[in-house]
Amino acid sequence: MQEGRVLPAREINRDLLRSIMTTPNWYWVTVALMAIIVIGAMSAAGLMINRGMGLTGLNRPVMWGFFIVNFVFWIGISHAGVMLSAILRLSKAEWRRPATRAAEVLTVFSLMTAVTMPLIHTGRPWRLVYWVYTLPFVPYDFARGIWPNVRSPLVWDPSAIFTYLTSSILFVMIALIPDMAVLRDRTTGIRHQAYSLMAMGWQGTTRQWKLQIIAGILLSALILPVFVSVHSIVSWDFGMAVSVKSWHSTIFAPYFVVGAVHSGVSAVVFVMILLRWIYGWENYIRHEHIDALGRLLIVVATGWFYFFVMEVIFGFYGREADEIAVRNFQFTQAPWNLWFIFFTGLTYFLPVTLWLFKWTRRNLWIMSVACISVNIGMWLERFLIIVPGLAQKQMFTFDWYTYAPSAVEITIIGGTFALVTLLMLLFSKVLPLIPLYDIKEGDILKTEIKIGRVTVPAVFRED
Amino acid sequence: MAKRPILGLFEDANYAAEAGDALQQADVSQDDYDFLTDAPYPEGAFGEREERHHLYWFPFVGALVGLTAGILMTSMTQLAYPLVQGGKPILSLPPMAVITYESTMLSAIIFTIIGIIFESRLPKAKMGLYDTRITEGYIGVLVNVDEAQLPQISTILTQAGAVDVVQESAA
Repeated sequence: MQEGRVLPAREINRDLLRSIMTTPNWYWVTVALMAIIVIGAMSAAGLMINRGMGLTGLNRPVMWGFFIVNFVFWIGISHAGVMLSAILRLSKAEWRRPATRAAEVLTVFSLMTAVTMPLIHTGRPWRLVYWVYTLPFVPYDFARGIWPNVRSPLVWDPSAIFTYLTSSILFVMIALIPDMAVLRDRTTGIRHQAYSLMAMGWQGTTRQWKLQIIAGILLSALILPVFVSVHSIVSWDFGMAVSVKSWHSTIFAPYFVVGAVHSGVSAVVFVMILLRWIYGWENYIRHEHIDALGRLLIVVATGWFYFFVMEVIFGFYGREADEIAVRNFQFTQAPWNLWFIFFTGLTYFLPVTLWLFKWTRRNLWIMSVACISVNIGMWLERFLIIVPGLAQKQMFTFDWYTYAPSAVEITIIGGTFALVTLLMLLFSKVLPLIPLYDIKEGDILKTEIKIGRVTVPAVFRED
Repeated sequence: MAKRPILGLFEDANYAAEAGDALQQADVSQDDYDFLTDAPYPEGAFGEREERHHLYWFPFVGALVGLTAGILMTSMTQLAYPLVQGGKPILSLPPMAVITYESTMLSAIIFTIIGIIFESRLPKAKMGLYDTRITEGYIGVLVNVDEAQLPQISTILTQAGAVDVVQESAA
C-alpha cells in the first residue's frame, strides 16, 4: 500500500496548489456552464413558487416526490465525508490521506444542497423567514406561542442536519488552518490578507501540531455518532410517519445509514478520479488508493444488500395488506418492476462484480462507471421506497394514484447536481482539495524495511 | 532585559534535533525555544518538551451545556404549547432524547473547536519571527533569548547545521 515516492514539500505545494495558483481555460467554461444550469433550476423553482405546486407532478396521495427523493439522496452523499475521514482517521488507515478533504467538502456541499430540497418542497420557503426574523430577536411564530412540535420526526430532522452541517463545516475549517498558512506564505495582496486572516497566525509549532492531530481524532470521534444519527433520523421521517404503513420498518435506520455510506463513498471515489484527471494529481491519488476504496466498497455494498434483502423479506413475511400492495407494485407492475431490476443491478450486482477484480479496481474508467452506477441505483432506491409507499397508502383502490415528475421538478433536480459541482469547483479555486500537511506527514513517516531478501515499504505509526 | 527572537532554518530534521540538544547544553530553557514545521512530526522527534493541554475538558463541558440546553428547550417548548397527540404525555421522553442528543453533540463539538483554537494559542494578532521557507519543508528552530545572547545562539544554530539564521530587523 505504499506505491508512491516521497516528494519534497516544495513539489507537494506546487502540485496541490496548482488548482488555486493557476486557472486553466476549461475551469471558467465549466463554472459558467454549471452556473447557467443552477440559474435555470432557480428560475424553475421561482416559477413553481409563483404559480404554485400544481406545476409539479405531486398529487394526492403522492405528496412526496422528486424533491424528497433528492433530499434523501444528497443526505446520503453527505455521509461520505465522515465515513472516510473519521473512521479511516480513527483506524489510522494510511490510504485515507488524499481522500479526506474532498470527502469532507463533498459532505458540506451535499448537505447544503439537501437542505434546499425540503425548503423548495414546502412551496412557501419564505415561511422560513418567520422562524428567523420578524420582531426584534423573537421569531414570528414563537412570539405568538407557537413552538415546534418536538414529537415529530420532521422536527428531529432539521436539528440533526443542522448539527451535522455545523460540525462538518467546523471540522473542515479546523483542518484547513495549516493549509491556509501555506497559502498565506505563497500569495500577495488581498489574497494574502484573506489567507492570513483565516490562518489566524498559524506557525506550525509543536504544540499547534499536537493539538491539530488530537483535533482530528477527537472531532472524528464526536462526529461519528452524529453521522449515524442523521440518516437514522432521516429514515424515521418515513419509519415513524403514521399514515404510511408500508414505511413502518424497524430496519430502516441501519438500512438507510449503510445505503448512505454506499452512495457517499462511491461519490467520493468518482470525485477523486475526476480530481486526479483534471489536476494531474497522479502522485497523490494513486491506483492503490482507488483499489483500497474499491475493496472497502465491496464490504459496504454487501452490508447494504443484506439490509435490503431483510427489508424485503420481513415486508413479505408480515403479510400485511399495505405491505403486500406496495411489493406488488414494485415487483409486478410495469414500469416499477423494471425500475426495481435496474435499481438492484445498478446498486449492487454490476458494481460489486466490477470491484471483485484487482485489474478492474485499478482501471479508473471502470471504477468511474461502477461508482456512477451505484449513485443512479441509490437514487432509484429512494424513489422506489417513497413513491410506491405513498401511491397505495389508502385503503381503497380508487384512492390509489401514481406519480410522474414534471419538467419543473426534473430541472430543479438537475440543478442540484450542477450546484454541488459548482461549489466543489469554486472551493478548489480558493482552498486545496487534498490536505497538504496530511500528505507531507505521510511522506515523513514513510520508510523502507528489509525483511529477508526483500525491501518493503513501511510506515511508522504513532499510538 | 527584553527577550528577542532568533530563527534557525534547517533542511534536515536530525540537524534541527541536534540544535535543540545544543540549546539545552547552552542552558536555554525548553520554554524559550520551539520547532516550527510544515507538517506534524512524531512527538519527541526533536527532543522537545511534552506539551500539556486541557483540550479534553472542552467536549465534556460542551456536552453538559448542550444536554442542559436540550432538556430545557424540549421541555419548555412542549409545556409552552401543550398539544396532546394520540394520548401521549406532553413531556414525552423518546422525542426529547433525540433533540437533546443532537444539542449535546453539537455543543460538545463547538466547545471542542473553541478548545482547539484556544489551546493552540490562536488567533495570534502578531505572528512574531517567521520565515515562509518553513512551509516549503524547512524546519525552523525559534529561540527567544536576551539580546546579549543572540550572537551565541546564532553560532549554535549555524554549527548545528542551519542553512540560514534569521533575526528581527531593527525597527
